[in-house]
Amino acid sequence: MTQTALRLSGIDKRFGPVHANRSIDLSVAKGSIHGIVGENGAGKSTLMSIVYGYYQADSGTIEVDGKRVTIASPQDAIAAGIGMVHQHFMLVENFTVLENVLLGAEGGALLAKGEAAARAELARLARDYGLDVDLDAKIEDLHVGAQQRVEILKALYRGARILILDEPTAVLTPQEADKLFELLALWRSQGSTVLLITHKLREIMAITDRVTVMRQGAIVATRETKDTSQAELAELMVGRRVATRVPKSAAAPGAEILRVEHLSCIDERGAARLQDISFSVRAGEIVGIAGVSGNGQTEILETLAGLRAVASGRILYKGEALPPPGTPARAKFARSVAIAHVPEDRHRMGMVVGFDAYETAILGYHDDDALRRGPLLSESRSIERCRDLMGQFDVRPADPRLRSGQFSGGNQQKIVLGREIDRDPDLLLVGQPTRGVDIGAIEFIHKRIVEMRDRGKAILLVSCELDEILALADRILVVCGGRIIGEADGAAADEKRLGLMMAGIAA
Amino acid sequence: MSSRGDMPAWADYVLLPLINLLLAFVLSGLVVLAIGEDPVRAMRILVEGAIGYPEAIAFTLYYATNFIFTGLAVALAFHAGLFNIGGEGQAYVAGLGVALICLYLDFLPWPIIFVGAIALGMAFGAAWAAVPGWLQAKRGSHVVITTIMFNFIAAALMTYLLSNVMLEPGRGAPETRRFIASATLPSMQTMLGWIGIEAPRSPLNFAFFMAIAAAFLVYVYIWRTRWGYALRVVGQNEQAARYAGIDPAKTIIVAMAISGALAGLMGVNEIMGAHQRLLVAFTGGFGFVGIAVALMGRNHPLGVCLAALLFGALYQGGAELAFEMRAISREMVVVIQGLIILFCGALENMFRPWIATLFARHKAA
Repeated sequence: MTQTALRLSGIDKRFGPVHANRSIDLSVAKGSIHGIVGENGAGKSTLMSIVYGYYQADSGTIEVDGKRVTIASPQDAIAAGIGMVHQHFMLVENFTVLENVLLGAEGGALLAKGEAAARAELARLARDYGLDVDLDAKIEDLHVGAQQRVEILKALYRGARILILDEPTAVLTPQEADKLFELLALWRSQGSTVLLITHKLREIMAITDRVTVMRQGAIVATRETKDTSQAELAELMVGRRVATRVPKSAAAPGAEILRVEHLSCIDERGAARLQDISFSVRAGEIVGIAGVSGNGQTEILETLAGLRAVASGRILYKGEALPPPGTPARAKFARSVAIAHVPEDRHRMGMVVGFDAYETAILGYHDDDALRRGPLLSESRSIERCRDLMGQFDVRPADPRLRSGQFSGGNQQKIVLGREIDRDPDLLLVGQPTRGVDIGAIEFIHKRIVEMRDRGKAILLVSCELDEILALADRILVVCGGRIIGEADGAAADEKRLGLMMAGIAA
Repeated sequence: MSSRGDMPAWADYVLLPLINLLLAFVLSGLVVLAIGEDPVRAMRILVEGAIGYPEAIAFTLYYATNFIFTGLAVALAFHAGLFNIGGEGQAYVAGLGVALICLYLDFLPWPIIFVGAIALGMAFGAAWAAVPGWLQAKRGSHVVITTIMFNFIAAALMTYLLSNVMLEPGRGAPETRRFIASATLPSMQTMLGWIGIEAPRSPLNFAFFMAIAAAFLVYVYIWRTRWGYALRVVGQNEQAARYAGIDPAKTIIVAMAISGALAGLMGVNEIMGAHQRLLVAFTGGFGFVGIAVALMGRNHPLGVCLAALLFGALYQGGAELAFEMRAISREMVVVIQGLIILFCGALENMFRPWIATLFARHKAA
């Protein structure tokens, strides 16, 4: 008979007017992997934060192994045997693995004794679970997959029997993700429990035993994974039918719009970020750049947009060399010759969260003559432009005076993407167009990008989601370590081969 | 998510400052009580001293003029993400610019002196702020450090010039001769006289109207022009500014220059309007109080004007209070002002969560 590892009853939580969790009842069987899916803002993170003690529920109870517990802080959660691996790692970069594991569990005023005990215990954990990590390596020297293993080690070392993983594969290559899943399966076979929060339905289908779908703060369904399908889950999440992949005809590439020749660039520390990059993008095609985050994609986009200086190389646009990038004037120039740029990180670059939506909607185009009234910037024309854009791109709520930061991720992205597409550029540089965006909005955004291609525009797409590259790109370039190490035809691309290339193994 | 929390704008801009102000007064009352005086009577003297009779009002407005200029200077720089605490030095040096015209070119026709002196004053203030701005933009030297150092340089420079070069021979204090009448700003008394209204003598002068105009123009600049747009983008997200093709370095230098020019106008009010001669340490801390004014006024020109009025009234009423109540010294008045700065500036967010919750409850109910 299956026992219940974690039972939530009637969990309710409000943040001011926002009802984040509505009387949630959830029971997670011991020795199972339980998936939780839902769109952004569905309340998954809030619920997990309550379980891990960051927030207190307004009402409701939590039971662990059949015993009622009060979780007022992460310490209480740890004491109850709950561990959490965050999407953004909580590690001290310049500490060693051992120091990070010990942080908060030092076991006394003097470190030496705790360290010795920890070494023995960690050696056992590493042996039992195949979590091989060099305990004396510094975090900053480890790649993300290894950093994630450190996070897991941390949780295990603290005696976690229920492990919560928040979007664990967002930063991993497909191979690393597979390795993580093997670990989770092993962990399950030893009677422990995993709560997996993700928006990747493929992973849910691959690894979980049961899956719970949340929408607007409430649980809408719980299914045995073997009895459901991706399509059903997507529909439950969004509340309507969605296409997981937008229909797309074969590309009809025209003239070469962008040609990059032997581009190299060096960062502030003198490390090479791009090495001898050459490729081209033609009108009417989408070229996708695949790769694990941090392997040069950002630099490619930013040099082309004019934001980052290059060490050597040439960028030809419609047959003519663009002025050297790296100055504000060059970024402006790019816009003036119909190059648009949707940056990878909209909060950091694409918008000003404290601005009203209509102000974000003119970012980069605030010098437009059409927005001017004498020496002044016309507020009414900016608002008009924003309202128009919100209509075209289905931004909700369609309120130009709402603060940019108060829109959901998907709607923020629609504002940024809409702003750039609306100028009808000949070359669209687009980074992570659907990061942190709901399934419903992903479909919409993908459609608009394909639509642009069909109008004969050139599109360079950077994404860390291999699925997205596969869904959109006509031609795929794979980057690793600042080099292009492979190219594939979009229609015939093989995920496994791409994954290997992303990991730096040329195939 | 936003700093505004879940409350309506009026609560943010009116209710919250009023609660903070009330609390500051209550605490000030306790302080007065503690030194054995009657807080109610002290309050009455303070209010009457600030707005009780025409001369008091004129003095209040005269002080407020200074606060509007220095408050605007801080507010404008703040929108560009810069903390200009060098208003004191910028105003001081601006006084020199004013005096150069009013002393040495006073043979020129009146309108030329008028425009020239104001322009040179603003230009001196602007230059004194633009150098720290340049150092920040190009060299990464923080403006908080450089502007405060420039205050000291300004003080030393001005003391040197006044005691060695510009002082009027035979005078005991380090100050210049008086400007001739055509090289001064008309006083309020004179101006009201033109339209047949009799007003008391006071240092209140034409600069007051300039302050109101400056507040309006600063509002237009920040929120209605593309330069102001660029300035706000740089202030809130420098990466986004680069992305948008805005040059952060240029924007920072320009913002500091405008900020310095605004602070410089305080020198115009003091030197060309009130004192009508250049003298040592005429800035009297107004540049620093401008920080509190901007803070309390939420860096909005209208808020700055209201806060400037409050501080003007406190200055004038406080002086009266120190004069009328023997136990309350000038320092005691500074304590009261300090409490107001503390509650309205530093602790402005103390009641925010509490009030936001109240509004959220109200809305949910």
